[in-house]
Amino acid sequence: MLIKKAADISSSEITPKGLYLNRRKFLAGAALAGAATALGKGVSEVLSPSFRALANAKIEGIQKSPFSTTENITPYNDVTNYNNYYEFSTDKEEPARLAKNFKTRPWKVTIDGLVTKKQTLDVDAILKMATPEERVYRHRCVEGWSIVVPWVGFSLSELIKRAQPLGKAKFVEFTTIYDASQMPGQRSHVLDWPYVEGLRMDEAMHPLALLCFGMYGEELPNQDGAPLRIVLPWKYGFKSAKAIVRIRFTDSQPVNTWNRTAPNEYGFYSNVNPTVDHPRWSQARERRLGEFSKRPTLMFNGYDQVASLYSGMDLKKNF
Amino acid sequence: MVRWFKPVVFLACLGPLARLGWRAYSHNLGANPIEFITHSTGDWTLIFLLVALAITPLRKLTGQPWLIRYRRMFGLFAFFYVILHFMTYIWLDKFFDLHEMLADVTKRKFITVGFTGFLLLIPLAITSTSGWIRRLGGKRWQALHRLIYCSALAGVIHYWWLVKADIHKPLEYAVVLGLLLGYRIVVWVGPRFAHKTLTPNRLEVPSH
Repeated sequence: MLIKKAADISSSEITPKGLYLNRRKFLAGAALAGAATALGKGVSEVLSPSFRALANAKIEGIQKSPFSTTENITPYNDVTNYNNYYEFSTDKEEPARLAKNFKTRPWKVTIDGLVTKKQTLDVDAILKMATPEERVYRHRCVEGWSIVVPWVGFSLSELIKRAQPLGKAKFVEFTTIYDASQMPGQRSHVLDWPYVEGLRMDEAMHPLALLCFGMYGEELPNQDGAPLRIVLPWKYGFKSAKAIVRIRFTDSQPVNTWNRTAPNEYGFYSNVNPTVDHPRWSQARERRLGEFSKRPTLMFNGYDQVASLYSGMDLKKNF
Repeated sequence: MVRWFKPVVFLACLGPLARLGWRAYSHNLGANPIEFITHSTGDWTLIFLLVALAITPLRKLTGQPWLIRYRRMFGLFAFFYVILHFMTYIWLDKFFDLHEMLADVTKRKFITVGFTGFLLLIPLAITSTSGWIRRLGGKRWQALHRLIYCSALAGVIHYWWLVKADIHKPLEYAVVLGLLLGYRIVVWVGPRFAHKTLTPNRLEVPSH
């Protein structure tokens, strides 16, 4: 696939999207911020307009997908300014600002473990493996809120097939980059870095499992997991690892970071399940960002096609 | 203290609410406004509880007795913000679903402890008037109002049990509360201990 580079215009000359979309608001905000500076720092914090993401390169040749929902898409500003990305901050509004200068090129991804051909690939080589598709997925956070995002990518199975895992490979493990110089959140010990997630092989091979590098028709913003992440719409959001640098095939179940942090609260599977509560809150309902009332949470987040993966399993035990 | 000072402090205490109102009006409550309101009113409840608890140590340590005249106001503002916090929960989070709220209070320990902290503040708010101090008598009134220690403790634990992994912010509240309660322990226990061993004179017992 192609990510179009603007050849004749330097990126510094392009008006950031936030500015042209919100020029008036930005100017008003600037005026207020100026007034607020005069009044003191506390007030400027109160009045400052929320940070708006910059425009990213458009992705060409995106195909539509039958897996897409027709539900209303969550506004771009919400999806880019409300991020659980502890590598940058535990505050959801901070990653937008702190990830601004995060370097996503050059970017290597190591594929190792139980595979025929262990290799380290450039992320751009991975992006060319298959045709990019737009997949409008529901995304449900374990905290009880949800969004609808038009992700861009292709099925994770495309990459796995090319990696040729050995017969004894039963699981796939994903590791997020560990670079505290770029990710200030990694300087604190909130979680055990680097962030690790994992899937059973049949889950990873399910066509819904998305290897993702874009959203809203553009390259992924840094705060949403650029340059490469996975998206697993039937699982709680934390299963969808971001900024992946390593994909390892194993015969034993990986220990995912949240499971290591609080084993009684976050399981390996973490399928969206309204009947299994988080020990500290109910999972029966969710707040879709932008909606006033809460809506009922659906089993597997409404992706019933994955149910057969778990037939015969006690999902209360394997939460 | 100058006469206009108290109304100014009163207005300042309404600042957090005005800020919420302004942000709501300018559509600046973030992607999840109800979560923002919940967290903000919760934070300000804890802040006002701690400020109310700081009055006695502050006035003793600095020798500024007039500070006591602000304690009731801060305590009542803690109650004001906890009411907003509680209303946000029952209305915007639970939509008055009694069944779900009961399940929360009994099953979720962070809700149980937070709700307890809230309940403990109610008698304090009711008996905050001069009339009630007279009716109860200073000693009994004071004993009753020591409930604020339990309430503040419950509030901090409520926050601590709520966070997923980053205990940084509840820890800040816990440290401040620890200092404020620690001061009282020192003031109570210190002289008694000293009395038995060395000196006969006691420090003044704090009114809070």
